[in-house]
Amino acid sequence: MQSVDLNLQQNFFQLFGFHEQFRLETVPLDEQYHSLQSQVHPDKFAHLSEAEKRLSMQLATRVNEAYQTLRNPVRRARYLLSLHGVDTQEETNTSMPMSFLMEQMEWREAVEEAQQAADVDQLEKLEARLQKEVSHLHKLLEVKIDDEHSYPAAAEAVRKLKFMEKLAEEISSAFDMIDD
Amino acid sequence: MALLQISEPGLSAAPHQHRLAVGIDLGTTNSLVATVRNGISVALNDTDGRTLLPSVVRYLADGEVQVGSSAQAMQNEDPINTIISAKRFMGRGLCDIGDTVGVPYRFVDAPGMVQLRTVAGVKSPVEVSAEILKVLRARAEESLGGELVGAVITVPAYFDDAQRQATKDAAKLAGLNVLRLLNEPTAAAIAYGLDNASEGVYAVYDLGGGTFDISILKLSKGVFEVLATNGNSALGGDDFDQRIYCWLLEKNNLSALNPQDTRLLLTRARASKEALTLHTESTITSILSNGETINSKLTQQDFHDMSKNLVANTLQPVRRALRDAGLKVEDIKGVVMVGGSTRMPQVQHAVAEFFKQTPLTNLDPDKVVALGAAIQANVLAGNRSADDWLLLDVIPLSLGIETMGGLTEKIIPRNSTIPTARAQEFTTFKDGQTAMSIHVVQGERELVSDCRSLAKFDLRGIPPMVAGAARIRITFQVDADGLLSVSARELGSGVEAHITVKPSYGLTDAEITRMLQDSNQHAQDDMMARALREQQVDAEQLIEAVENALTQDGGELLSAAELARIHASIEGLQAVLRTTDHLAIKRAISGLNDATATFAQARMDKSVSHALGGRKITDLEGI
Repeated sequence: MQSVDLNLQQNFFQLFGFHEQFRLETVPLDEQYHSLQSQVHPDKFAHLSEAEKRLSMQLATRVNEAYQTLRNPVRRARYLLSLHGVDTQEETNTSMPMSFLMEQMEWREAVEEAQQAADVDQLEKLEARLQKEVSHLHKLLEVKIDDEHSYPAAAEAVRKLKFMEKLAEEISSAFDMIDD
Repeated sequence: MALLQISEPGLSAAPHQHRLAVGIDLGTTNSLVATVRNGISVALNDTDGRTLLPSVVRYLADGEVQVGSSAQAMQNEDPINTIISAKRFMGRGLCDIGDTVGVPYRFVDAPGMVQLRTVAGVKSPVEVSAEILKVLRARAEESLGGELVGAVITVPAYFDDAQRQATKDAAKLAGLNVLRLLNEPTAAAIAYGLDNASEGVYAVYDLGGGTFDISILKLSKGVFEVLATNGNSALGGDDFDQRIYCWLLEKNNLSALNPQDTRLLLTRARASKEALTLHTESTITSILSNGETINSKLTQQDFHDMSKNLVANTLQPVRRALRDAGLKVEDIKGVVMVGGSTRMPQVQHAVAEFFKQTPLTNLDPDKVVALGAAIQANVLAGNRSADDWLLLDVIPLSLGIETMGGLTEKIIPRNSTIPTARAQEFTTFKDGQTAMSIHVVQGERELVSDCRSLAKFDLRGIPPMVAGAARIRITFQVDADGLLSVSARELGSGVEAHITVKPSYGLTDAEITRMLQDSNQHAQDDMMARALREQQVDAEQLIEAVENALTQDGGELLSAAELARIHASIEGLQAVLRTTDHLAIKRAISGLNDATATFAQARMDKSVSHALGGRKITDLEGI
C-alpha cells in the first residue's frame, strides 16, 4: 500500500489519493482507510511524546471524518458539490416538487401505521422499498455529477436524499419502539 | 567524567528492552491481569496459583484492607464493610442504581457518584476499585520483576463517559499509567481473532457479572473494525442471582432480612445458579441469624423460567446493534461468547437460536478479555509484536448538547469510529446575550432529562449582538479512550471556553490528588513527627550540657561578652523548642553550637592541660 504524505490541509479526496468524483468503489476505499489508519492511529503513538500523540489524534480524527464522508453517498455528494462551490441548501431551499412532497406524506403515514400495528414485516418491506429509491437517486448523482457536471440538478437529488435519510431514521426508531 | 545519558522524552533508552505492560480486566465479579511473554498472552497467577481475583474489598476498623478471597470469605459475616460488585456503582448516582433493597450496603448519596459508608469511613466506588487494581499491579510487578510502563484497563463497551472516567480515576489512584481504556468485547475479539486468524463479521456477546455488551466487528487482514456496539451497563449475572434470591424470599415467606442474611442468601443463590449450569436441580440450604432454616429445591426449568426476560433483555441490544451495523443475522460468521454468565445453558440456547448457529465457546470466557487487553498493552507500550494489526473502535452512545426547550441536539452519533471530532454552530436566543450555558449530555433520547448529564460550562464575554447574530461553534473531540472534551468559540470575537468533561460525574483532579496523597501523607506525617521529636531531645540535652559547663568553667574561661552571647543563644533555642518547626530547632541548635565552639575548645584545653601537666592541646599535635 502506498504511503501518503498526510496533512490537515488536503481535502478528503486528496487525503485518500482518489479522483474528485462521485463514483467510488468501496473495496479500495476500505483498503485505503485501513492503510491510512495504520499510519496515524493513536495506538501507534501511545508510547511517544505528548506532541506526537496529539498530532496522531488530529490526523486519525481527520482520516475518520474523511472516510465517513466518502463512504456515505449523500455526504460524499454534498462534499463534492461544496468543492465545486455549490451549496446544497438543504435547510433553506424547500421548493420541492409537489408530487415528491405528497409521496413523503404517504411514506410517513405508512411507517406510522406499521409502527402502531407493531408490524415488523411491513416495516422491513418499507425499508427495502426505500432502499430501492435511494439507490435510484445514487445512480442519478453519478450521472449528474460525474458525466453531466450538472450540479444544480445534483443538489436537488441531495435534498431529496435528505428526506429519504429522515425516513430511514423514522423506520429505525419505529423498529426500536416496537422492540421496547 | 562520563555524562549520564538521558533519552529523548518518550523514547526508550534501550530500544530492544522489553517494556513491561499489562492488560487488566476489572470485572464486576472477578478481576485478573495478563501480559505478553515471549509473544504469547498469558494470565498472571497469585502466589497460590490463582488467576481470578474476586472483585471483593473488605474494610476493617484498624484501616486494614482485604482484597480478593480473604475478603470474600468474610462477606456473610461482615456484609456492610465487604464491598462486592463495586463496578456497578462506578460513575453512578444513587438514583441511577435503582433498587438498593437487595444489596446490604449503607449508601451515601454524594453529589456525582454514590459512596459507601464502611467501618473505615466513607468510600467511593473509585477507591474500592483502586484497591483491586493495586493488588493486581503488585502481582504483576512481582511476577514480571519490574515496574510497569502502563496498563490497558478494560471497560464494558456500553459504559458511558462518567463510568469510563471513574475507571481511569481508579487506575490513577492505584498508581497505574493507563495506556488505554479498551472495550471488553473488543479485547475479546482481539484475543480470539488473532488466535484463530479469523476473517469476516463476528458478534461478541459479553454477559458479565453486572454488565452486558454486544459488539459487531469486521475482521479483515489484521484490522479489527467495530461496526456497532450496544448493551446494558446494569444487566449481568448479579441479576440472575437476584431472581433466585427473590424466589427464596417468596418461597419461604421472608421479608426485611438483615444485611448478614441478605448476603448469605445472595451467596447461596449464586452457588445454586452455578450448580444449575451442570445439574437439573439444586437444593439451597442455610440457617438464618434467627435460627430459621431454609431448605428449597430449585429446578433448572424453574430457574430458566424466572430468568427468561433477563435473557430476552440481552437480545434487544443485539437487534439494535445489528440494525446499526446495517446487517442481518445471516451476515454474522461467528458468535464469540465472553463473560462467566454465558456459561448458563439458557443463555447459550437463546443466543444459538437468535443467530441460528452454535456460539463459539472454545475459549475461557473469564480470561479472554484480559488476554486481549494484554496484547494491546504490549503494542501500546512500544514493544514489537509479530502481527501488525489495527483496532478501530467506536463510542457506544451519542453525544450532544441541550438546546432550547430541554431538547438534545446530537453532535456525535453513537457508533462513530474514534478518535472523532465534530463541530456545530449555535447562536444566541436573546438580544444582547453575552454568555451561553453549555450542557453536555450523552444518550439516545430526545429529552435532555432522559439523557445522562456529563458537564455544564459557560462561554462568557460574547459581544452583545441581536439575537441570532452570534455564531458559536461548539466542537466535540472524543479521544481513543472514548473520553470527550468540548470547546466553544464565538467566531466573531474569538472568545473561547474549553472543558475536558468531568465535573458532574467522576472525581475532580484535586480529589484524586488528595486520595493519592492521603496514603503517602500518613507516612510523611509520621516522619515529620519523628524528626521533630529527635530535634527537641537533642536541644534539651545540649542546653543541659552547656549550662553544666557554664556552672563549672564559665566564669573562669569566658569573657563577659562571650558569656552574654552564649546565654542569648540558649534563650534563642528555648524559644523555639516547644514549636513544631523542627527546622527552626535545628538552626537554633547549630547556633548554640557555634556560640560555644571557643568555650568548648577552651574547656577541652583546660581538661587536657590538666591531665598533661600544663601543655596546651595544640602542642600535642605532631607527637
